[in-house]
Amino acid sequence: MSDSILSAHHLVKTYTQRSGRFGFGTTQVKALDNVSIKIKAGTTLAVVGESGSGKSTLARCLLQLQPIDSGEVIFQGQNLAKLDKSALRDIRKNLQMIFQDPFASLNPRMRVSEIVGEGLLVHGIGSVKERLLQVHQMLERVGLTAADAQKYPHQFSGGQRQRIGIARALILQPKVVVCDEPVSALDVSVQAQILLLLKELQHEMGLSYLFITHDLRVVRHIANDIIVMNKGQVVEQGSVENIYNAPQQAYTQQLLQAIPGRKAA
Amino acid sequence: MSEILSISQLNITPKNDIHRFLVKQVNLKLNAGKTTCIVGESGSGKSLTALSIMGLLSNQLKATGNISFQGLAINQLDNQSMQTIRGAKIGMIFQEPMTSLNPVLTVGYQIGEPLTTHLGLKGEALRSRIAALLNQVGIPPERADSYPDELSGGQRQRVMIAMSIACEPALLIADEPTTALDVTVQAQVLTLLDELKTRMNMAMLFITHDFGVVADIADDVIVMFRGEIVETGTREQVLNYPQHPYTQALLDCVPDVQGLKTLKPIDYAWLNHGAIA
Repeated sequence: MSDSILSAHHLVKTYTQRSGRFGFGTTQVKALDNVSIKIKAGTTLAVVGESGSGKSTLARCLLQLQPIDSGEVIFQGQNLAKLDKSALRDIRKNLQMIFQDPFASLNPRMRVSEIVGEGLLVHGIGSVKERLLQVHQMLERVGLTAADAQKYPHQFSGGQRQRIGIARALILQPKVVVCDEPVSALDVSVQAQILLLLKELQHEMGLSYLFITHDLRVVRHIANDIIVMNKGQVVEQGSVENIYNAPQQAYTQQLLQAIPGRKAA
Repeated sequence: MSEILSISQLNITPKNDIHRFLVKQVNLKLNAGKTTCIVGESGSGKSLTALSIMGLLSNQLKATGNISFQGLAINQLDNQSMQTIRGAKIGMIFQEPMTSLNPVLTVGYQIGEPLTTHLGLKGEALRSRIAALLNQVGIPPERADSYPDELSGGQRQRVMIAMSIACEPALLIADEPTTALDVTVQAQVLTLLDELKTRMNMAMLFITHDFGVVADIADDVIVMFRGEIVETGTREQVLNYPQHPYTQALLDCVPDVQGLKTLKPIDYAWLNHGAIA
């Protein structure tokens, strides 16, 4: 099979919460408890679990948006957790993220051209003209128009905003894209459009996705492999086929049982 | 089978633009002991239809038509008379259990409010009724003294359900009650609602955009598109043999658990060109 493009070994992340009367006490919550994953090049790894299972923490820790307590994240032979800021910035070109809420994740005061082109600017790629051309091409690629570059986020619908978020993530030609519930906030018709777009782009650009979701029906349509998380731990992992047809763990079985619409149709 | 609610020729328009129909020519009937699901995309008018039954439409909007509840034309009632029906004979559950409970009042107090207002319960009678309601929705009665932030999302939605059924309404309106919940919790809440509907012989109007939920809970299904009802039928009819092109297109967007079907986004241009008369 294909090689791993991004892998993480024994990730641990603990949050400290104030607790007890007046918050004098503290409790430790293990958001990631010895989590190891591997994303194969050109494939999609889905992370499923309920709220509080640690799936979003995993995404943030992989991209070093949050420091980890221990463990390592290996990308292109380097341990991201050990890199200094400037080395990390360089490597982040290859690691991008698409967020859940297309309403909250775009700066309302920036034009689409600035939002999508910011990555190019930060990394000093191309002249002003070249950057704008790239932005226009990227917008057209995700199903918007070059004219949309002049608009502000509020002038778009939820699905269109998610397309802007995708354009922003892909303009630097990344290798790995972390998608944190990218279709949860969308209508089912728009959800289908975005899922198909993500699949097409994966094929064209050779992307690898880490796809975080709580919707097991969506997983079936986009992922090659799955990890199931519960309370910060990986409960089960394997190929989509294996997990859906023969779930081994009680927790996975319970999740699959709870998918609405299983008993009818 | 007794009819609980009947809506005929319901139109909703903005007051300042009465030619723009947000809801157009809606007719529907709800029967005791049956769950009717309204499905549609955002902006299809499903929530507006529900709010107009409760008389809770924004005052920027104007509704015309007839809404008859147990033979009473409730859209003609003034606000004061409507108060005696709202919460007593028609209950409503909202989508967001985090924001629809008052954070500074105990859940017991909030469940007790409709009981005091509509039934005049007090003291021990009130306390025991609150305990019974919490029991019914699967929450230990001693949690009556808890505040909403001490409960999980699923428990809060159960509290909302306890409030909405406190006065044993004939009609329960649920507007996306499980959308904000995890799948396992969603499954529990759906089962609970289905049990309560049967036990209390309520009519339930259930608004959702999730066809999986429809398959689990609906007896009848209404599909709305751009403010109009495009298809109605039993669950089996609508899910397995959709007649209207929009319903068919919408079902083609829904991912299946088996992963067998090819997702097909809705081609709105095609729908606009003659597919919809």
